[in-house]
Amino acid sequence: MTTTQQHIDEHLIPILEKISDPEIPVLSIMDMGVVRSAVIVDGKVKVEITPTYSGCPAMDVIGDDIKMALLEAGYESEVDLILRPAWTTDWITPRGRKALEAYGIAAPLEVQADKDVLLHGKRIVKCTNCGSQNTRLVSQFGSTACKAQFQCEDCQEPFDYFKCLK
Amino acid sequence: MKNENLYNYILGIADNSLILGQRLGELCGHGPSLETDIACTNISLDLFGQVRSYFQYASKIAEDGRTEDDIAMLRKERDYKNVLLVEQPNTNFAYTIGRQFLFDAYHLMFLKALQKSADLTLSAIADKSVKEVSYHERFSSDWIKRLGDGTDESHEKMQDAINDLWTYTDELFHQTEADKIMATEGVGVDVPELKTAYYNYVNEILTEATLEIPESKYFQKGGKQGIHTEHLGYILAELQYMQRTYPNMEW
Repeated sequence: MTTTQQHIDEHLIPILEKISDPEIPVLSIMDMGVVRSAVIVDGKVKVEITPTYSGCPAMDVIGDDIKMALLEAGYESEVDLILRPAWTTDWITPRGRKALEAYGIAAPLEVQADKDVLLHGKRIVKCTNCGSQNTRLVSQFGSTACKAQFQCEDCQEPFDYFKCLK
Repeated sequence: MKNENLYNYILGIADNSLILGQRLGELCGHGPSLETDIACTNISLDLFGQVRSYFQYASKIAEDGRTEDDIAMLRKERDYKNVLLVEQPNTNFAYTIGRQFLFDAYHLMFLKALQKSADLTLSAIADKSVKEVSYHERFSSDWIKRLGDGTDESHEKMQDAINDLWTYTDELFHQTEADKIMATEGVGVDVPELKTAYYNYVNEILTEATLEIPESKYFQKGGKQGIHTEHLGYILAELQYMQRTYPNMEW
């Protein structure tokens, strides 16, 4: 098992927290857990980010946004994309999960519960509109690579579920 | 090039995903339902993402100034090393699903083995991809069962697709010279070792889908050597059009 620890310089946290995922604007990249390290080396910031999904088109934009935000704060920077350790939904912070729910995207379940849901087992993804647990999986693939489609059987609202990855 | 075997080995893996991704991309806006349309294009996107990681690595190894895009877009047909299975046309949804399942079942086993690669970049790409491909395989095996064990018509179409595509499955377990050398070095996957488990698993899903397992022992091959079916040329014509027409154009 490789380390999942983040190395982020304290001075940089407030800058990085202001950057959001371009596809889920309510979620900061820090709360999403894609920033794995950010350290100042010889006056230049070295940042490592990891993609949620391999084909996530947001990564290039996130990289540019990081460079821009750091530049505005007076730092030159270099952003590298790393693949290991592979991103997991477990890295979304509690604050990030709340932001997702408030935005109308059901937050990923714990791993075992998630597998049950996607394998048509227990349905315990809560409707983001009415809170009902009576929901059904419409499709394992949704509007972006990281989401699945659900529908509430009570209020009929269709909603996104952030797929669990581990 | 210092490590030509590794370069060729990476291309062999990546080209499967590139060509299948391109095929699935054809369904964008043309899927049989909104959900399946989105699913097929999501899978395509995952595959292209994985391909980028492979080609970025291949371009480092090539050391000849070619970028990931050059490797993807500017080779000739004979230089693509994908298996024949992935270049087969979408035909109808049963073919699309049949091709996807026969590849996903292999791809998932392959990536699980590649996670143990002595090459740290390849094993990292495998660690990342295996999570995504698990979803692909769940989707395609699910649809095999729904169509196979569905109506008379869907059953017949699904059976036809499996019968036709079966001939391309054996090639998945062939090895090129580069494959053999990489497997010996602990970098590559020894694919012949996966063969029994593959057919066992595929047979299990087909049986559950009330489909018959084809008995034909006649198999097609050639993709891994760059000898393709007539379909690849058309795929490449579309894939490479912009770069061939406007060389070095950027998006």
